[in-house]
Amino acid sequence: MSDFVSDFWNLYVVAIVLGSILFCVILLVVQGKATFTPGKTMGHVWDETLEEYNNPMPKWWSWMFIITVVFAFVYLALYPGLGNFKGMLGWTSAGEHKREVEKMDAAVKPLFDKYMAMDLKAVAADKTAMEMGKRLYLTYCMQCHGADARGAKGFPNLTDADWLYGGEPEQIKETIANGRMGVMPPHAQLGGDTIKDVANFVRSLSGLPNDATRAAKGKEAFTSAGCVGCHGPEGKGMHAVGAPNLTDKVWLYGSSEAVITETITNGRQNQMPAWKEFLGDAKVHLLSAYVLSLSQGK
Amino acid sequence: MLKHEQIEKSVALLVVLTLLTVIWGGLLEIVPLFFQKSTTTPVEGVKPYDAVRLAGRDIYIREGCFLCHSQMIRPFRAETERYGHYSVAGEYVYDHPFQWGSKRTGPDLARVGARYSDEWQRAHLMNPRDVVPESNMPAFAFLAATKAKDSVGADIEKKMEIMRGYAKVRGIPTYSDEEIKGAKAAIGDKTEMDVLIAYLQGLGLALKNVK
Repeated sequence: MSDFVSDFWNLYVVAIVLGSILFCVILLVVQGKATFTPGKTMGHVWDETLEEYNNPMPKWWSWMFIITVVFAFVYLALYPGLGNFKGMLGWTSAGEHKREVEKMDAAVKPLFDKYMAMDLKAVAADKTAMEMGKRLYLTYCMQCHGADARGAKGFPNLTDADWLYGGEPEQIKETIANGRMGVMPPHAQLGGDTIKDVANFVRSLSGLPNDATRAAKGKEAFTSAGCVGCHGPEGKGMHAVGAPNLTDKVWLYGSSEAVITETITNGRQNQMPAWKEFLGDAKVHLLSAYVLSLSQGK
Repeated sequence: MLKHEQIEKSVALLVVLTLLTVIWGGLLEIVPLFFQKSTTTPVEGVKPYDAVRLAGRDIYIREGCFLCHSQMIRPFRAETERYGHYSVAGEYVYDHPFQWGSKRTGPDLARVGARYSDEWQRAHLMNPRDVVPESNMPAFAFLAATKAKDSVGADIEKKMEIMRGYAKVRGIPTYSDEEIKGAKAAIGDKTEMDVLIAYLQGLGLALKNVK
């Protein structure tokens, strides 16, 4: 089935392509028959000394011209160019891409298969696998988590031992494969004063300087406002919903009273995109092992 | 037979023949594209830009994003590994004008949609170095200071009607009257940054997970 809406366009392209080549040939023939006056100038002078002669075209140039015409016919026979004619080689850019991808896939498949059969901890200990993982990381992950994997404000550091959704190999793999949607709901309805109390209490959990009176009031609000639902009664967080541990020294958005107040008031939401469909199982497996290796021994 | 001297000495003839020479390639390489199904039919899943994204697209054009970012993934493995499926003509049927670009100082954006979270896009536009320290992209924090309805959204209905005109000529799906009427309300109080992020998050989704 032709891609053109009507066969006219097929003929249109064929006619212009062949017509143009024919025109070039005729031009060459006609020019070759013109009368030349070698050695004599045409009587025009530019820029004081620049004179125009009427010599025949150099032979090498005419031959180049003929070669390009021959090349054009060979090319049009082999490759698509003449309207609907697909060319004898059947070449397409999509086909070439497919061959390129298949060739590379076939070359790396044994390697990926080998790692797929190993569990994540074993892959994380494999030097070659980690070199590959690093390259994958630098292509797909560094935009958010940083080239050094230490993250940024709102984007988790992957080199520490603190995990929002759990640092077990399977949990890391689940995060990369299917993504995560982190939501801290806004609590503006508590009112500025209470929010400040809670912020002081939250700071007290990890031993940061705080106003003890406010912290005591904040402790009550922490329970009554439902913070315990996600962060737990002791503020240690919950991997199932990605609620951070408030008792450690790791802060995704910052630990100052102002930032914590902002977090409680407006809430926070962020997303880890899902990579399973885009990257495929084998690459997700390798990346999971790489991320696991980043925090090992910590 | 036409002599070289005759062409040289008649300005009108020279102009006509020069023009013909210049448009010759275009007649062959451009004109037939308007009559090819693969370039005029939307790929499944490609829809007209809704009011918010259309406004965001205007920010993209106004700020000259196309000067550093292409929206064209070529069919080479090195590109498809990084960006996803190579671009196809049917993905661009609602782009007037195209944002293919010609230079990549930054990465290609043809499939940047849903690649990062909205929050990342926001942080990155406010100051790219906050999330990518190595970045040399300018900050666009000022986009958060202007409401889209006061700039690119001011004449959104008109823009949508023009886009509808293009689509109708090709006989492809386009906006309904209700969508055009509701355009202002859809943009609402969103800032220029909000609409730009909406535009970016919609880019290239049709073939996002196609191998």
